[in-house]
Amino acid sequence: MAVATDPLLSVKDIVVDFKTRYGIARVLDHVTLDVNSGEILGIVGESGCGKSMTALSIMGLVPDPPGKVTSGSIKIGGMELVGMQLDSLRQIRGKDIGMIFQEPMTSLNPVFTVGEQIAESVRLHENASPKAAMDRAVEMLKAVDIPEAERRARAYPHQLSGGMRQRVMIAMALACRPKVLIADEPTTALDATVQAQIFDLLQDLQEETGTAIILITHDMGAIAELADAVAVMYAGRVVEKGTVDAVLSAPQHPYTKGLITCVPHLEPDPPVERHELMEIPGVVPALTELGKGCAFAPRCGEATEKCSVEEPQLLATGDKHLTACWVAQQERAQ
Amino acid sequence: MAETAATEDRTGQEPLELKITHPLSEMATMFFANHAAVAGLVLLIFIILFTFLGPYIHTTDPFEMVWAPFSPPGEEGFLFGTDYLGRDILAAMMVGGQVSMAIGLAAAVISVVIGVTVGAFAGYYGGVIEEALMRFTEFFQVLPTLLFSMVIVALFGATLLTVTMAIGVVSWTAVARVTRSEFLRIRELEYVAAARSGSARDGYLIFRVILPNALPPIIVQANLMVGSAILFEAALSFLGLSDPNTMSWGQVIGSNRPYILDAGFAVAIPGFAIFFTVLAISLIGDGLNDALNPKLRQR
Amino acid sequence: MGLWSTVAERVGYGLLLLVAVLILNFALISIAPGDIADTIAGDMGGADASVIEEIRTRYGLDQPFYVQLWRYLSRVVQFDLGYSYFYNTPVTTLILEKLPATLLLVFSAQILAVITGTLLGVLAAKKPNGAVSLTVTFLSLFGFAAPVFWTGILLIILFVSIFPLFPVAGMMDVTVEGGFFVKTLDVLHHLVLPMITLASIFLALYSRLARASMLEVLGADYVRTARAKGVPERGVLYKHALRNALGPVVTVAGLQFSAVISGAVVVEAVFSWPGLGTLALQSILARDTPTIMGILFFSSVVVIIFNILTDITLRFIDPRIKSG
Repeated sequence: MAVATDPLLSVKDIVVDFKTRYGIARVLDHVTLDVNSGEILGIVGESGCGKSMTALSIMGLVPDPPGKVTSGSIKIGGMELVGMQLDSLRQIRGKDIGMIFQEPMTSLNPVFTVGEQIAESVRLHENASPKAAMDRAVEMLKAVDIPEAERRARAYPHQLSGGMRQRVMIAMALACRPKVLIADEPTTALDATVQAQIFDLLQDLQEETGTAIILITHDMGAIAELADAVAVMYAGRVVEKGTVDAVLSAPQHPYTKGLITCVPHLEPDPPVERHELMEIPGVVPALTELGKGCAFAPRCGEATEKCSVEEPQLLATGDKHLTACWVAQQERAQ
Repeated sequence: MAETAATEDRTGQEPLELKITHPLSEMATMFFANHAAVAGLVLLIFIILFTFLGPYIHTTDPFEMVWAPFSPPGEEGFLFGTDYLGRDILAAMMVGGQVSMAIGLAAAVISVVIGVTVGAFAGYYGGVIEEALMRFTEFFQVLPTLLFSMVIVALFGATLLTVTMAIGVVSWTAVARVTRSEFLRIRELEYVAAARSGSARDGYLIFRVILPNALPPIIVQANLMVGSAILFEAALSFLGLSDPNTMSWGQVIGSNRPYILDAGFAVAIPGFAIFFTVLAISLIGDGLNDALNPKLRQR
Repeated sequence: MGLWSTVAERVGYGLLLLVAVLILNFALISIAPGDIADTIAGDMGGADASVIEEIRTRYGLDQPFYVQLWRYLSRVVQFDLGYSYFYNTPVTTLILEKLPATLLLVFSAQILAVITGTLLGVLAAKKPNGAVSLTVTFLSLFGFAAPVFWTGILLIILFVSIFPLFPVAGMMDVTVEGGFFVKTLDVLHHLVLPMITLASIFLALYSRLARASMLEVLGADYVRTARAKGVPERGVLYKHALRNALGPVVTVAGLQFSAVISGAVVVEAVFSWPGLGTLALQSILARDTPTIMGILFFSSVVVIIFNILTDITLRFIDPRIKSG
């Protein structure tokens, strides 16, 4: 992606390995992503493809042991996060980067009021008095459309509904006005109607504050609606990325095509043949079993001999559009 | 076994002829993989051999005065020395161990029988019966066990039988709680519902269907009960509330207590005997826990 | 449910339990061989049948069971637990005199065990394979397997022969003169060894529990949330995680109070601590049934009160607990 200015957040060639009983699993394999300020970047993929691990590695929260960021670089505003002292990293967590987790039911501490939990973030990063921090907490609760914010600030998490708790999580993540907000499947655990509300809220807040958002989801519909750019991940690698328009209207990687046609109303134009794309056969391979070649090759209907021998690199296959697929790259070349 | 299945499927070789190990041998494998548990088992076997076969080899009468009092261990041919009456402590350890372990085992059996009965009925029937039985259990938890058993022994006299009963009757509450929670869990499982719909009688369901499946945690708890019953008996003997006509490890400690500063060994040695016995039992308990709780194995 | 209504409910239930204890007490005395008349006659050096009969009538022992039970219960309501023929004192007076010593021992040992146990558990959970973790494992094995009187005796041997730092018997030194402060210090000095001995059993239990509980909590999503908002590791451990891990420890500690009292009986015997345990032992040897029964009753009262206090504490630790 040729962007004139430096990206706000730049993840470059990040590699994360996990030690398991069966050997070393490469959970992230040279993942490279850029997020520009004010942009919403969507990351999509099946469970276990490394979406959440990408988020955790940005936060410096890869569980160690057994995991470890082996190489690569993560920069926010030019500051290198990989290998940074824990103390300095803590200054950035919650202040420059906020994060919302998948499970609002378990992600809030049950023994503190939600107001205290939001205020804690403010006090940690802004040297605010307890009173000022609590005022900000109430203000944030109002900003995420929680009715009777003063009263709800004194509530414990178990007294709130799932959607309400996720709003609290958003309020907490945004309390210190971070430059980047990472939302890791923020709606998976919620009802469909609440999901839409949370997405709307995220979009509104993004427009108001200009915070860049990394939206991790497997909901292609949400990506189409909210995101500016999208990265598709498979087995720890980014297999396709580009602007939402480019990727969704003309997906290049067979896996992306599969993902898109799994969602009926998102079918690209012209529709790809249905019979092979109603579902993607097989499952994501165990990361310890990956051999040479493209990780998707065993499940791919278009795989050639080369695919199972040599790993494709992420190369331009269109305007602001990169794909890691031999077939797509070959088509492009022709 | 799920793992074995998966590997064999992947290689595509004889997927139907899986090696199905017997659950018991699988448990044994788990148990013997726990080195501390094996050490505990070896230690316990040694202690049992020492106390029950020892007297046939070392035939000294533990009640007879054989030498001057407080002869230190190793001197004058007395491995563990002599006590305040000049009796051989080695012989006392053997005979006393028999009593300590027998009472421990018998008391544990009593408390397991009471605890399993109360817990099983509470967990199976639920409702008012459960409420009443659990209140009953709570009532027994409020009474300090040692004081309660002291009262029983004081009122009914200190004989082997009353001491054993007193320990068993006051220490069943933990077993009842474990049994109840297992019954509550298993009661809801499908095979119980299946058996129930086949109009099986309650007694059959409780003892033939649910109880066998509830056994693993009960066995672990029962094993620990033996250890704590041995400690319990030792405390009672130490306080002078055991049968005066028998000898147990606790009693040796209690009777030599006034002389600890002159002959600490007479107190330390039986203490070590109790300590190692209970330690062995609790190590075995940890091993049983690993072997019988498949859920914990993955950790 | 509000705090006070919970407390009221607990107190009401506690009173019911106490009535049950009294009925049990009374039933035990009734079915035990021999009665007060026999004891008194025994103390008098034997008496003929007519005298024993007269004593029975005087104490209402010839009345039907339920009449005797009713009289017993109504006396207890007026804090009359009977009269000790051995000490020539009302049982209530006797017990209230010895109760503070036992409470001091039980409470201080319990506090020591909970605090040190929790701290050890937290430190162990920080490094599940580290040295503290190993210590906790050994400690919990030792605490379960070592008879408490034996631990006490070993400590006595150690502190008499090798480090004569602490007194090993009694609760105060009569030769110590001085004001309230000096006397208090003297009692605390005497308390050290009995307290450590009694705490050792429970310390082992709590540290193991706190370790397991912390390990579980440290894997919780909200701990990750705390880290994600930049809470320093100390705050993660001692604020976010510990507050959640404390629940199970306090619950178990509450259930252990009756066991701590049992342990105190033995520890009092080892260190000649002048509390209820020592009194119980003496009255059992003297066949002083009213006193023994009174002690059993009073210790149940203490256990129930501590249980209620535990419930209240738990409500402050974990707001999710509504009642019971």
